Parts: sequence; structure tokens; C-alpha cells
Amino acid sequence: MDIIVCVKQVPETSEIGWDPKTGTLLREGAGGILNPTDKNALEAALQLREEHGGHITALSMGPPQAEEVLREALSMGVDRAVLLSDSLLAGADTLSTSYALGLAVKKVARYDLILCSKESSDGMTAQVGPQLAELLNLPQLTYATEIAVNHNRVRIKQRLEGGFRILETCLPALITVERGINQPRIPPMDSILETYRDREVQVWGAEELGGDKDHFGLKGSPTQARSVYSKRVKRGQVSILEGEPDEVARKLIGILRQRDLLRGLHGT
Amino acid sequence: MAPDGMGKYRGVWVSIEQGDGNPARVSLELLGEGRTLAEELGADVTAILIGEGVSAIAKELIYYGADRVIIADNPIARDYRTEVYTEIIVEQVLKEMPEILLIGATYMGRDLAPRLSARLHTGCTADCTELHIDKEMRLLVATKPYFGRNLMADIICPFHRPQIVTVRPGVMELKAQDRGRKGELISVDVDLREEDVKIKVLDTVKSGPGGVSLEEADKVVVGGMGVGNQAGFEMVKELAHLLGAEVGTTSLPIDEGWISEDYKIGQTGKTIRPRLYIGCGVSGAIQHAAGMINSELVVAINNNPKADIFHFADYGIIGDVNQILPALITELSTVDRKN
Repeated sequence: MDIIVCVKQVPETSEIGWDPKTGTLLREGAGGILNPTDKNALEAALQLREEHGGHITALSMGPPQAEEVLREALSMGVDRAVLLSDSLLAGADTLSTSYALGLAVKKVARYDLILCSKESSDGMTAQVGPQLAELLNLPQLTYATEIAVNHNRVRIKQRLEGGFRILETCLPALITVERGINQPRIPPMDSILETYRDREVQVWGAEELGGDKDHFGLKGSPTQARSVYSKRVKRGQVSILEGEPDEVARKLIGILRQRDLLRGLHGT
Repeated sequence: MAPDGMGKYRGVWVSIEQGDGNPARVSLELLGEGRTLAEELGADVTAILIGEGVSAIAKELIYYGADRVIIADNPIARDYRTEVYTEIIVEQVLKEMPEILLIGATYMGRDLAPRLSARLHTGCTADCTELHIDKEMRLLVATKPYFGRNLMADIICPFHRPQIVTVRPGVMELKAQDRGRKGELISVDVDLREEDVKIKVLDTVKSGPGGVSLEEADKVVVGGMGVGNQAGFEMVKELAHLLGAEVGTTSLPIDEGWISEDYKIGQTGKTIRPRLYIGCGVSGAIQHAAGMINSELVVAINNNPKADIFHFADYGIIGDVNQILPALITELSTVDRKN
């Protein structure tokens, strides 16, 4: 069973720059990590390969430095890593990103399953999975906390508000996974070293992808940030309670009692 | 003037989520918000209602602000399935060409909205916190907290329609219903066969009442990254328990695995309006503030006097959460003994 896992490099902290002219993020130069839930998607793929055999490709789009997160995917055990990187792809919104990823998936060609994390920790829109599924005309199974494949059918446990569902569909399909689905493996040090020494991350630009250039990057994005501005939430003046911990605790509990916020507790 | 080619699109649509014979509250909130936007535009509000045996809900949707309800009532739509809902909505959208489509950012809505946007090749803006109309351009301006600390962005979708946005439950106010309102009910056929639908729902399990009800909580104690570790988070839970409060959190403790995502408060989590909010080791980034700023009394405990939360707290304690929390727990337990 062949699997493609889509991963993303996300900023390590929430301190990230943006371009005031285009309203897009300055990913270049910002420190980046593998989006945490992508590790769960990779782990799910590795477990499925252990059970059913096959080949795993990790796929990402980003600036050249995003190669690092693909090295991490390689060291976890994926067979192949492909980075889509081109200035024409920069500034893409979720739909434009999905378009480029869709072209790359078609170029990889052989797959039974595409795995994505539910959402990235920076954008948190949870849109790329469903958009990619639509562009590839695949059924989408979202918010998976369990995955089971049996011949050409796949079944997931789908997390929902206050409960879950069991969904089933035929392969090929796209699944987005929840963080709770598994405990990602930590790659051993020699595997990390080997990844840097002997393994290759393939880089594909807009030329290799083909497709319609008008759908790439900022230009191909239906949504635009008209303005980005700093906003501090403010309301009134804060009263600071001073003193040792037990003193401030007494003061605060006193205030809560005064405000009638402790009524009904402990018989007060 | 609307951008080229966009002038022919008219009307505000709300995709209705329903279950057990009732509309989801977020759908009603969006009908009210849709009404406001439609009045700015001089347009109608249309609710699109999909399911099996759902026609009885239609009138209520009119009371909450719809001028028209498009009803697709069919056994094939008994359970929410991406393909079925997408097919039905896309068919109606292509026929009627609305300019705006509002969808509740529930699990279902976040599954559906991006699929629709890709099928219709249009933009989708997730988890908006404010919506307004740029009348000159006849554009929807969707405001949301942006990547990074204390950044907001106004997102537009100038050259594609409909402009799709999702909004989390509780973000928009639920407007009062008007039982005198009149509207049009339009039933549409569903031209789908079960054998053409690829996804099958084998089982649905509801965990039932007793879940987290942060939205309605009177008091909420929130643990942020500043609690330091799992043990610190346990103290947050204990303080909440002693106060009769619910527990909440921000993004990072969830990433650390200290607590589940059900407890997240903020732009991409729940919106709360408690009488008392206590933030323990919460820095007060705008993503979190967006979900709690309507709390009545805000108390902040943080060792960084420059933390943003002190800009909107009523009472602040500058100190180590791991010293303040035990003191508060002891003090509350003492209150207990005194009484």
C-alpha cells in the first residue's frame, strides 16, 4: 500500500514577521519545526506500512529551508521526500497550496492513501486536507483517531463534538488525523545522521509541477490579506495584588467572596 | 462598485447544521449575523437546510432571520456526509449565485467549507471573529487573529464567489427570534443515489451529557504554558474544582499533552462569557483573548509583568504560578474548614 503524507514546516514560536505590502508571512529566515500533528500522520503511515507493506512519500511545500522537516520525516522512516519550492509558489493561500500539492500528488502517481494532519499549528484552518481531496476527486475522512485498512477499504474512527462516528470508504482516499491517534516514534540518532549523510530530498519547482501557473502562489490565491495590523486587547486598568503568595491568595479569595463568586461553595 | 464580473452575485446564504430535530445554535447565530450583512448589501438571507425529516425546522430559521429556506429533505442526507452536502449545496449555489456563504466552524462545518471552496474555486476564510461589508466594493471583509502575537488581519476574496467564511460557535451573538417574520420555503429534489456515495457511516456514538460545557460556564480557570508541566496543570484543575469552575486552556498545553483539545479557549477553540475568569500562566495572546474577552471579572496570574494579559485583567498577581496556585488552594480549603 503506497502512502503520501503531506507535512509542513511551521514557525517555532508565534513571533513571525509579515510583509506589510502583501500581507503574507515571511517564512524565509524564520526558525521552523515540523508541524507537531504531522508526526502523528507520519507515524500512522509507518504503522500502515508495517502492516501492509508499500512505500511512503513525504511531501511538503515551502521555502528551501523546509527541507529540514522532510529530513525529519526521512529519519522517522519514510522512503522518499519531495519539497515543492519555487518563488512562484510563495504567498499561497490554502486553495493555492492545495492546487500545487495536488499536482505533486499526480506526479508521484502511485498512492492508495494520502495522510495529512488535521491542521497546522500556525494557520490552524484545517482546510488543505479537504481542498486537496476535492482537487484529486478523493473521498475525505477527517479527524481520524483510528485507521484500519482491509483490502481496498479503509475505516476510521472520526472524532466529533461530543462523540465519534465510524466511517468507511474505498481506496484511494484522503485522511486527516487527530493528534491523539498515536504516539509518534522518536528517530534514533544514527538514523538522523544517515538522513543527512546519505539521503536525498527531491526539490520540485513550478516547471516540474506543470499545471496552470495562474493558480500558483499569491497570484493564484482567491483570498488576500487586505491589511494586517497589530491589535492589543485593552480594557480598564489592572489592580496588582502585592505580597507573598499566601498574602495575595488571601486578598484574591477576599475579592471573590466580596463579589459573591464563592457563594454555594463549602457552605459559604 | 463590485469588482469586475462579481456584480451578478447576490444574497447571503447560511448553511444550516442540524441534529436530533434541532438546528445547531451556531447556525442561528449566523442567520442573525447574515441578516446584518444582508441589510448592508440590500440583499436577502437564504438558509440552506439539508437532512432527513428536517422540514419542521424551516420556520424557526425564518424567525431567526432567513428570508428564504431551501430545503433538501432526503434519506440520503440523514447523516452528514461531505460528498452529499457538497453536491447539494454546489448545485444550488451554481443556480442562484449567492455572494456570501456563512458556515459554522464546527467539526462538520470545517469539513464542508474547504471542500465547497475547492469545488467552486473560491476563497474560504476560517474562524473569523468579525464580519463587515465594504459597501464601496461590495465585498465581505472577514477579520481574524493572524499568525503571530497580537496581529489581526482583514481577509477579502475580491474576484471569486461566493465568499465563504466559517465562524466558531459563540462568536456571534444569538439574536432574538421574531415569530412574526414571514419567509419563503423552497423544497428541492436531491438527485443522488446511495450507490454513488463513496462514504458510508457505519456507526455514530454520542458521549451524551456530562461533557465539557465551557460556553455556559459561570467560572473558568485557565491553565496556560506558564504552569510549566503536567503537575502544574493538575493544580489548575484542583483550583477549578474548589471554585466550582470549569477548566480551560490555550494551544500550547494541548500540544504538550497536558489536556485535550476540548478545553481550548480562543479563536480556534471555544468562546466563553463567564462571570469569573482566572488565567494561570496565560500570556494573553490575541488568539486566546478573542475567546474570553467578554468575561466579566478577569484575574491573571503570571510571572512576567509585561504579559499581555495584564492589559485586560481586572486583578493581576505577578508571581510564579507554582507558588501562587498552592497558596490559593490552601486558602480555599481553609475557607472550607472555617465554615
